[in-house]
Amino acid sequence: MNISLLIISIFLVLALYLGIKARKGKDMNMEQFAVGGRGFGTFFIFLLIAGEIYTTFTFLGGSGWAYSKGAAAYYVPAYIFLAYVLSYWLVPKIWRYSKRHSIISQPEYFASKFKSRSMGMIVAVLGSLALVPYIVIQLKGLGIIVSEASYGAISPVAASVIGAVVVTTYVMISGIHGSAWTAILKDFMILVVVIFLGIYIPFHYFGGIQSMFETVQAAKPEMLVLADQGLSQSWFVSTVLLNALGFYLLPQTFMVVLSSNGERTLRKNAIALPLYTLLLLFVFFIGFTAIMEIPGLQGADGDLSLLRLAIQTFDPWVIGVIGAAGLLTALVPASVMLMAASVGLTNSFFNVLVPAATEKQQLIVSRFIIIGISIIALIVTVTGGEALAILNIMSYSLITQLAPSLFCSLPKNNMINKYGAMSGILAGVGIVLYATIANVKVATFLPDIPPVINDISTGVIALFINMIVTFVVSALTKHNTMQEKEMNDMNKIS
Amino acid sequence: MNAIKLLLLVPFIGFLAFLPYANKIEPYILGMPFLLFWVAFWMVMASVILLIVYKFDPDNKGSDPE
Repeated sequence: MNISLLIISIFLVLALYLGIKARKGKDMNMEQFAVGGRGFGTFFIFLLIAGEIYTTFTFLGGSGWAYSKGAAAYYVPAYIFLAYVLSYWLVPKIWRYSKRHSIISQPEYFASKFKSRSMGMIVAVLGSLALVPYIVIQLKGLGIIVSEASYGAISPVAASVIGAVVVTTYVMISGIHGSAWTAILKDFMILVVVIFLGIYIPFHYFGGIQSMFETVQAAKPEMLVLADQGLSQSWFVSTVLLNALGFYLLPQTFMVVLSSNGERTLRKNAIALPLYTLLLLFVFFIGFTAIMEIPGLQGADGDLSLLRLAIQTFDPWVIGVIGAAGLLTALVPASVMLMAASVGLTNSFFNVLVPAATEKQQLIVSRFIIIGISIIALIVTVTGGEALAILNIMSYSLITQLAPSLFCSLPKNNMINKYGAMSGILAGVGIVLYATIANVKVATFLPDIPPVINDISTGVIALFINMIVTFVVSALTKHNTMQEKEMNDMNKIS
Repeated sequence: MNAIKLLLLVPFIGFLAFLPYANKIEPYILGMPFLLFWVAFWMVMASVILLIVYKFDPDNKGSDPE
């Protein structure tokens, strides 16, 4: 065992220990398990929400995109800080309603708002569909990080499996408390590692950050601005808006919001969070340095740029610390994602099938679902082979299809009904899946379309059609809703 | 919905609407090519604007409803 692997292993054990110990003194019920009894204050909420953005995607994919696609990578911090701005207005409303109705998951929220269990089921399935690629990204990233940082002593697959076992174990035991405790360790590590690398590496190779950029400018100026076609400005704007909208719709972020102890905690967090995205600048500095220092990584291998450059620069023990930080950036987000998916599925399927289920039974079922999702994600991790960013974008395109229903459900008088909401979501999701799987863009049908339109994110186009379907179907089924109102009143979910 | 919350639109409009003018390398500011600086500038502005909104938002006055 080399020194790097030893350091990584120590942090893995530490994470497992903290994750399990987090449970101590908590009487575990569904509310504790899923949303920490709605007791998290500013500090934990900050770590958990920030934890959702410093994932392996940011660590590897952020530098990887800067390396292979240049300025297009800026879309990541751009959508995140805009999501925080939006959150100031949006999430206190969600929290307030959920608190009043004792809601602990996203599907339950939609089911309650639209008074429809089918709606809850659709949201749960969609949420899981969006989460699995996300969990896969984490496990895949974890495999890459540990394998590279241990100088190949452990294969990526073995590392992914070990990571999955650890995270599954502590999530099953401690629920969201495990995520919160390990998040402390993770954020400390990632802050230190990213700032250190982001400053040290450009100075080491080019004597400064500006001189590093000037070298890139001399060799590949196109890397420092957005392109005219493809990853162009219209792509950038549409993707940033779509993802900013989708950020708090991701089931794991939604769940973290519910775990807050008050509306003001959420608003206070919104103030500080955009500053935290500045950390991503350092990740980009590393990616841009890598363009000049380690050219030649093709396609998905661009994601390796940070680690390869670090290995070329530092002693093994530093690599071990970097690897440990990378490992934690996979574990913490993955833990919240696993839980969000499992609690959502338990709420909307198991509780409907077995309405008399006790809290204890629900907890057991949730835990089994966590194992199930881990296994599915592991299988995809081992067999699938796509670049991290593409999966990430598809997750957002899928989950953002919930946006019209969410926004319409906020005012007291909901303009749309469950039929409209469900048809709209299904239409939007159908388009995203079709376009991604068949790899079609607008130009496939209209070859003469200008790139300004063709480059618009597929998710935005799907969202547009989704909205039309939602409103049209709601208008057509208005009569139906009136008749059903009485029935609904009798069988209210909440 | 109180008027102060309309300030929340400023980062969206300011950052994205002027993107065509910000999509350039020079001048360098704080060591960063202009486009990257533009992104960083709005991250900081977003926090500043949120702080202002928080201070003046009547929803944050008095004790929490809990």
